[in-house]
Amino acid sequence: MLYIPCPYCGLRNETEFHYGAEAGVGYPDPNTLTDDEWAKYIHIRANPKGWLAERWVHFAGCSRWFNLWRNTVTHEIGPAYLPFTEQPKAPSNIGQEEQKA
Amino acid sequence: MTNTNQILTPGTIGRRRAAIIPEQPPQLWKSVKPKKAYDIVIVGGGGHGLATAYYLAKNHGLTNIAVVEKGWLAGGNAARNTTIIRSNYLWDESASIYEHSLKLWETLEEDLGYEMFFSQRGVLTLAHSVSDVRSKRRNLYANALNGIDSEWLTPQEVKKLVPIINISEDVRYPVHGATYQPRGGIAKHDWVAWGYAKAASDLGVDIIQGTEVTGFDIRNNKVQGVHTSQGTIATGKVGLVAAGHSSILANLAGFSIPIQSRPLQALVSPLLEQVLNTVVMSGAVHVYVSQAHKGELVMGAGTDAFNSYAQRGGFHVVEHQLAAALELFPIFSRAQVLRTWGGIVDIAPDASPIIGLTPVENLFINAGWGTGGFKATPGSGWVMAHTMANGTPHKLNKPFALDRFATGHLIDEHGAAGVAH
Ligand SMILES: Cc1cc2nc3c(=O)[nH]c(=O)nc-3n(C[C@H](O)[C@H](O)[C@H](O)COP(=O)(O)OP(=O)(O)OC[C@H]3O[C@@H](n4cnc5c(N)ncnc54)[C@H](O)[C@@H]3O)c2cc1C
Ligand SMILES: [Zn+2]
Repeated sequence: MLYIPCPYCGLRNETEFHYGAEAGVGYPDPNTLTDDEWAKYIHIRANPKGWLAERWVHFAGCSRWFNLWRNTVTHEIGPAYLPFTEQPKAPSNIGQEEQKA
Repeated sequence: MTNTNQILTPGTIGRRRAAIIPEQPPQLWKSVKPKKAYDIVIVGGGGHGLATAYYLAKNHGLTNIAVVEKGWLAGGNAARNTTIIRSNYLWDESASIYEHSLKLWETLEEDLGYEMFFSQRGVLTLAHSVSDVRSKRRNLYANALNGIDSEWLTPQEVKKLVPIINISEDVRYPVHGATYQPRGGIAKHDWVAWGYAKAASDLGVDIIQGTEVTGFDIRNNKVQGVHTSQGTIATGKVGLVAAGHSSILANLAGFSIPIQSRPLQALVSPLLEQVLNTVVMSGAVHVYVSQAHKGELVMGAGTDAFNSYAQRGGFHVVEHQLAAALELFPIFSRAQVLRTWGGIVDIAPDASPIIGLTPVENLFINAGWGTGGFKATPGSGWVMAHTMANGTPHKLNKPFALDRFATGHLIDEHGAAGVAH
């Protein structure tokens, strides 16, 4: 079980959270998108082998969404940060092979 | 058939049955170093990659083929799964491809000349609530229209088939009935991979283990070769059949696919007396159980919530699944967990596979089988071989094209597949 640092409540068990996949995907302007761009927005999310900035919601605690760096190979937890704030740098590249989406 | 009072004793029967499983010959396929060039390179030596190579050779007469595997053959999901085989999916597109696969299973051992312990012991899918009953019956009628064997069983009929099951109304998830596909069952997964490897190798396919594909030689949007940890291999056509690593490879080739990679876990008990003669699945409580040929209980758990490539998951997922299993099968409380493990499954937004062309010419993909692709191994290889040989999809995989995410023609099997197998 992961130990996840909620920015509001501190370290809690993974079972108190729901997962929200890649962080920082902005809502595009649907009027200017092609079908392919729309499909990309709806369906494609980063799936890297290594560090991933992702969303979690602390449903069994403060009910708030936040972002977290986590390594998908080692399951190491990096810094948590709030949406719409500056993203901290990815932690050192342990286990990292692929960073792009 | 056993009765509910039977005591689970490890040992004798398991050992007796183990002795029935024949010894393997010292070598099943030729170990080779990669040549400089092949007509076709298949990336991924799991069941689907090996089946693709075999059908390319057998059905299409193409034998200048390499299957390139980064680890060892069937070290991915091919030999980590719980081997449930069935074809009773909801939508016509899925039912057609899974039923094609099931028909191939029915003659596969003769076709490959290799034992795989394919056992059509039936698959029960339990319903636990009013809405569960409705959706399972809807599925049943859809199956009937597609000519797929599937029956409705009352709780009493379920109990007759599986005497150790608890059908009391007095539990968290009571059994309200089940669909039953008699032609469903299980097989021995590593033997399936070995059988395809041997048959493909006998036809001239090179199987190359311990060799990772690290990039592609793409010129004018046309694939010309693959870069590997053992150098570059020139080739006219490439098939990506890499399960959990599919999106990594697609990115290396310059395009994105809607796949998220997640851990899926399973576990086994020690060898026990025979107590279960069919496969029991319950999507609602995440229990999938059968008793394998040597006597071990094989159970699948749910997926972990997050993306991962670690081939392991959290213990709370296993615990959750065992709690439900114990309520359904109180007798299991006396069994022990021998081993748990995980595989990395490739999940698409509609829980259906992606099989066909890609934005890169002569580069084909077969991915997204997620939690349920073992049963599709023969059918998936068959249509992938057709697609690669002809450059156009077979009619069975046409609906599973990558462009369905842009056209909106999704094949939503979350109901029938979801986390189920
Ligand atoms: C615990 C568990 C239970 C399951 N239960 C069932 C079930 O009951 N019924 C069912 O139908 N399905 C089940 N599945 C799903 C099923 O196992 C998969 O859908 C199926 O095995 C995927 O196809 P494959 O065999 O080709 O995959 P894999 O065996 O994973 O093959 C992919 C191969 O590609 C290789 N590869 C990846 N990247 C590279 C690279 N860069 N270069 C070279 N090689 C590479 C990998 O090493 C791997 O060997 C289960 C899966 C798991 C994990
Ligand atoms: Zn919180």
